[in-house]
Amino acid sequence: MKRIIPMWIAIIGGFAMMLSSFVPLAESAGEVFADIFNVVAAIAFVLGAGSLAKQHLEKLSRREAGWGYSVVTLGSFIVTLFIGMFKIGVHPNPNFPQAAYSGSNDAEGSAWSWIYEYMLTPLTSTMFALLAFFVASAAFRAFRAKNTEAILLLVTAFIMLLGRTFAGVVLTGWFPEWASGLRLENFSIYIMQVFNTAGNRAIMIGIALGVAATGLRILFGIDRSWLGGGEA
Amino acid sequence: MSAANFNNTNASALPWFERLDRIDRRWIFLLMFLAVSGPILWIGVTGKTLPEAPTLAARAVFQEIDQLPARSLVLISIDFDPTSAGELQPMATSLVRQCAAKNLRMVFIALWPLGSQVAQQTIQEVIRDDYPALKEGDDFVNMGFQAGNEAVMKLLLTDFAKAFPKDSRGEAASNIPILNSVKSVTDFPLLISVSAGYPGSKEWVQYVISAHNEKMNFVSGCTGVNAPQLYPYFPQQIAGLLGAIKGAAEYESMVNSSLAVEGVVTPPKYSQAQRRMGPQLVAHLFMVGLIIVGNINFFARKRRGAA
Amino acid sequence: MTRQGKTWLVIGAVFVTLLVVRGMIGQGLGRVYVKRTDVTVNMPDAVDMNTAAASSSTTTVAPTTSSNGKPLSWQEWKQVAPLAFAAAQKANPAQTEITLSWPRTIGLWLAAFFTLAIFSFLYADNSFYKIAESLVVGVSAAYWGVIGFWDTLVPKMFGALTPGLVKSMVQPSLVSPEPLQQISMALALILSVMMLWRLLPRGGWISAWPLAFIVGVTAGLKIVSHVESDLMAQTAVTMKPLVVRVTDASGATNMWDSWWASVANVLLVVGVICCLTYFFFSVQHKGVVGGAARVGIWYLMITFGAAFGFTVMGRIALLAARIEFLFDDWLWLIDPNHLRGL
Repeated sequence: MKRIIPMWIAIIGGFAMMLSSFVPLAESAGEVFADIFNVVAAIAFVLGAGSLAKQHLEKLSRREAGWGYSVVTLGSFIVTLFIGMFKIGVHPNPNFPQAAYSGSNDAEGSAWSWIYEYMLTPLTSTMFALLAFFVASAAFRAFRAKNTEAILLLVTAFIMLLGRTFAGVVLTGWFPEWASGLRLENFSIYIMQVFNTAGNRAIMIGIALGVAATGLRILFGIDRSWLGGGEA
Repeated sequence: MSAANFNNTNASALPWFERLDRIDRRWIFLLMFLAVSGPILWIGVTGKTLPEAPTLAARAVFQEIDQLPARSLVLISIDFDPTSAGELQPMATSLVRQCAAKNLRMVFIALWPLGSQVAQQTIQEVIRDDYPALKEGDDFVNMGFQAGNEAVMKLLLTDFAKAFPKDSRGEAASNIPILNSVKSVTDFPLLISVSAGYPGSKEWVQYVISAHNEKMNFVSGCTGVNAPQLYPYFPQQIAGLLGAIKGAAEYESMVNSSLAVEGVVTPPKYSQAQRRMGPQLVAHLFMVGLIIVGNINFFARKRRGAA
Repeated sequence: MTRQGKTWLVIGAVFVTLLVVRGMIGQGLGRVYVKRTDVTVNMPDAVDMNTAAASSSTTTVAPTTSSNGKPLSWQEWKQVAPLAFAAAQKANPAQTEITLSWPRTIGLWLAAFFTLAIFSFLYADNSFYKIAESLVVGVSAAYWGVIGFWDTLVPKMFGALTPGLVKSMVQPSLVSPEPLQQISMALALILSVMMLWRLLPRGGWISAWPLAFIVGVTAGLKIVSHVESDLMAQTAVTMKPLVVRVTDASGATNMWDSWWASVANVLLVVGVICCLTYFFFSVQHKGVVGGAARVGIWYLMITFGAAFGFTVMGRIALLAARIEFLFDDWLWLIDPNHLRGL
């Protein structure tokens, strides 16, 4: 029961979505399922937030190592949640002043926007920016011309790094017209449109076959590993 | 990493390549910081930028928007958040600027939770500041974010208003004049996605464009990480493609030249990507230098090992 | 004090000194100015509320007081360039329309602190970084949860199941839901409750039902889209002519362009076939198949090299944006957008 019903839910949902792409009569079923899916996806955000709070509360109650950071996480979580749910500092929408919560959290000057502008943006974007440093360090230590494959990788990286900046123009811009295809700025594009396209296309075709095979195994009830607990 | 790694008691006795191999990575970090910050300061002070020669993929983006008749509908999907704004915001800004200058009607949507706020800022920066005659609801609208990724795209194919029932002002989709003629996403002759990953341009191709290529065109602006994966779709499924900050700079220069008015200086906010190509150049040269030095070191060690 | 502690102290002292010196030169350090707008709207009475909801698209905001209903006033603050503040002060030193915003200026400095706190990880892992990291997690989780609630759950699920409440509290323009919409959203509510059951200590299996729904729908969507877009369409566009003739405006063949285009097509077709051969493990990679697979590996290496180049480009752009923030918005060392008239 615990496994059969979920399996049939997956089968019905999956076939409804598949058929809705080909059979006009099934289109509205696909629409209804997609609509429900979107709401469940939003609930997943709420579930994620709840799981995080639960995990850090447990950590805090057990006084695990680093529990002080859990206080920071929980504190920022609760404050953000409070500000967002109660729309702190948000004025009602001037078109609908009678509705207390008609204003948008995104409005300039709201506490929510302040968090976005001065906390979320600097914190998340700097975390991503850190990778520039680690890429440089990794390139210095690990990018070695050990064999043919590594040389190909390295030379392509050079062409891309130089060809996609003004360095390419300075270094090879003087090449005659008949060899213009070898100018770094052109050759880098040639690599993207020929070699990269061929490689990525093959990967995409492979993935598509894999997705189709896995999807069909799920929809025919052959693959039940996603239900957990081994084969039913 | 500990600070003690800095000092090796016998370091000076080691051959140069051994010492190079043991160099503290924080020196590399520092050099990278200088490689990026130096040109930023220089360009910030002088205001000079490097020239850009637009590639075919970037020219195609410009032409796809340019060829649309005035008042055409354009769907702009903001599929990124502040983490990728360094690469993608200049694209979004210039794309909206070209659409606004062409008097196209823009509908903004977001498939990333923070995308709605990015769209709001872009609208403020470009439309409200520089095209104040455009009216919200008639000329542009921000329909905000909806959860569901590809299922939102699926719903957009059959019922746009069901997928995005209200705009950022709380107005119902059925009351918004710009959406009067929109039943499905295919009612937009052009779809623009500025995308940092999943869900984004790739999913738009997979779930919407491939099956409806004849009804609507699609152009994409994407991050450097995504660009190689999107090239196989160009030009059949993606009519125009802006890849990474270089694509943004090329497109920006095209839009700036096309909208240039004699005697009027283009606002510098529209040259953000072109300015960023300066640090890009020096940092790329630094990376190339690092790889070369790393390999010289590698071969020197190899030779010594073999000897 | 440990050696690392002393290093941190020296770095901190040098940094604060530089900051103080910078603050005393020229225009000083980062500040945010805002312009005040007074907004007054009329609160409609009960009858007007319905009318407003029905004809809300034509409602306009008028910063004036009308005789109908109770007026509701507030102030809105829009960020302006420091240059605008300087101009306003010059015109009238007593003006209060454009002022320094303390909350946003503190926010700006906090943003700079967070940026530096995360960069400090490059030197060594430390408490500042860990605090910043903890904040990212807490703020992001709540942010996503709130957005999911207000943007999707309220207009879709609550709008269908409790339209009266949503109309009166959040969205007076809400279109009354159709019965089918109400049924589907009731189902969504059931699945949502089952999903949130995961948070409870018992009955975790209940969340398998909504999970099954997600798995099934995703599989159904992906099968069609991947086969159509990535298998069929990508195979079709690989069927290219191997010899291409490029002509110029006069109709004459352009030899060099034809050569490059033909070579490109041959390389593309060969590349796709060789890469697919490499991925095909049902045959031993020996002889011709082995040779093709090896060529496939070369293509893939070039693909990864290109990906590396583009990734580096992307990461550097993100770093440049953060450094621009520090130099421009915070330290006021540069003024690329001419906001301060440097």
